[in-house]
Amino acid sequence: MTSAVSFTRVSRYFGAVRAVDAVDLDIAPGEFFAMLGPSGSGKTTCLRLIAGFEQPSSGSISIFGERAEGVPPYRRNVNTVFQDYALFPHLNVLDNVAYGLMVKGVGRAERYRAAEEALALVRLPGYGTRRPGELSGGQRQRVALARALVNRPRVLLLDEPLGALDLKLREEMQEELKALQKALAITFVFVTHDQGEALSMADRVAVFNEGRIMQVGTPQEIYQRPATRFVADFVGSSNILPPDFVYRWSGQKRWGSLRPEAIRVNRSVNQEGVRARLVSTNYLGAMIRLALDADGLRLHATVPAGVVLPAEGELVTLTFNRENLHLMEEGA
Amino acid sequence: MNRLAPVAAQGHAPVMAPSSGGLRGALSDLFWRRPRFLLVLMLAPPLLWLGIVYIGSLFALLLQSFFSIDEFSGLINRQFTLKTYGDLLQAANVDIIVRTVVMAALVTLASAIIAFPIAYYAARYARGRWKALFYLAVMLPLWSSYLVKVYAWKLILAKEGILTWLLGKLHLGWLLDAWLALPYVGGSSLSVSATGTFIAFVYVWLPFMILPIQAALERVPANLVEASSDLGASPGQTFRNILLPLALPGVVAGSIFTFSLTLGDYIIPQIIGTSRLFIGMAVYAQQGTAGNIPLAAAFTVVPIVIMGFYLWGAKRLGAFDAL
Repeated sequence: MTSAVSFTRVSRYFGAVRAVDAVDLDIAPGEFFAMLGPSGSGKTTCLRLIAGFEQPSSGSISIFGERAEGVPPYRRNVNTVFQDYALFPHLNVLDNVAYGLMVKGVGRAERYRAAEEALALVRLPGYGTRRPGELSGGQRQRVALARALVNRPRVLLLDEPLGALDLKLREEMQEELKALQKALAITFVFVTHDQGEALSMADRVAVFNEGRIMQVGTPQEIYQRPATRFVADFVGSSNILPPDFVYRWSGQKRWGSLRPEAIRVNRSVNQEGVRARLVSTNYLGAMIRLALDADGLRLHATVPAGVVLPAEGELVTLTFNRENLHLMEEGA
Repeated sequence: MNRLAPVAAQGHAPVMAPSSGGLRGALSDLFWRRPRFLLVLMLAPPLLWLGIVYIGSLFALLLQSFFSIDEFSGLINRQFTLKTYGDLLQAANVDIIVRTVVMAALVTLASAIIAFPIAYYAARYARGRWKALFYLAVMLPLWSSYLVKVYAWKLILAKEGILTWLLGKLHLGWLLDAWLALPYVGGSSLSVSATGTFIAFVYVWLPFMILPIQAALERVPANLVEASSDLGASPGQTFRNILLPLALPGVVAGSIFTFSLTLGDYIIPQIIGTSRLFIGMAVYAQQGTAGNIPLAAAFTVVPIVIMGFYLWGAKRLGAFDAL
């Protein structure tokens, strides 16, 4: 099957900076794909390479089997939802949404009808006569989405789509985006630095660092079996264990990771386990996060709120199941 | 004392610092409590200047246009009359007005067409040193004397000047001769033709067109251009639908400069061009040699009225919607 988007050893240099460095990537049709990474990791440049705003310095990109290098953005059936929405301030909402159809020469009545439908799809019916400046952040986001979707793109690109929204709206939009993607069966590629967003929305996640892809996998794979220390550190609040520590428990001298929720905290000091001192506690609502000091190694554990906690400074024993200790590919 | 020690260890410093005392301290506190007071204080001198000295004298001038001149004694008759405006509408004077307005419109159009790419480059692509160079290149002509520039152009455009010489070397002398043979724009050489006046006007006013357009384009976020392209608009469509409407306030601002400056100028057409009068020259002649202050005043009303209509029309066309 042809990939929706395929990168073959794609690099993009800005002067001496390798923004994207020999990336191979395949995104399946109809997939909800996340590019996750810190700022400057190359994820946005990858998105811009797909949109056509950037051209690769080397390597090749194909979109649904067609070569994309040298094809300008306006000839690609790919649309983008920009980070700050990039709505045209001098046009009203309806003309913004109908813009793509207007430049393609679709008649006025037909493009306005399609734009109204798209606005209904993002639950903003009847907002057509307003100016973008009169809308809230969440509404602008929906208009930007409608403006892209009205063109029926083969691939929809979303650049930090929820970055500017507050928590409540963000959670709402996460669900809506996911439902929309399922209903329309369009390939969605979205860029984010928020690992929670990537894990909760995407079918697959690519973790970027310094212009390279560190790991590609389902959210479960990325979260539970990080390939490298960087992925374990970036994707979650995972405990990263040095090779010496891992060797004692698994017999292999490799870096390991252990999820905070996999650690059990026992107040008795007479059983087998890792001896640690409680440094501080952090109330998170449903859970409590404990910071522990195990002979110089800083560990975090989460326990359900409501259990009786040891006092700060108290000595405790930490235990965990061996199968929860994940060994990473990175050696000592 | 260790400034980073816990607060309790530092003893009890007072929470509020005392007023710095004296008139300055009292004034600072007063201005902070009543910011409007400071605003009024700062705005009063320029507003008085604008209101009395500037608008006031302009109004006095307009008032003069409703007086008339006694043709025998040359004295001004201070009685309300529309006679002077009747004089203004004589064929010879209407000729002057039409000639000036056409020249101002052409100069404005040419300036906008030349300025846009320069402003676009400066706003979109020039960074750091290139941007400094741009500002220098645009502003530099404004630092030298206007008269020197105009006389320099007279030499450039003269029959023995460098332009004629250059066109001759390029075997294009026939083109210049053909152009100069045309009615209205032609003449015996560029320096005594309307074309020469036009070239000098465009050169002198161009910075006033470039800078506002550049400022307007600079406020257009780059991602709007990308968004337009992303939605399938060719570069030409993006220019027509996005860039031009958003830069229009800048173009209009620039055109107000070039248009009104050309309408009022009396030096350039006097040095370069045919001897036919422009509004500015007519005002100069009427208030000076002829001593006809009322007619001079009536002539100055013309650019004001034209600019009023121009701004009204620009507003009707939505030129200021994107502000």
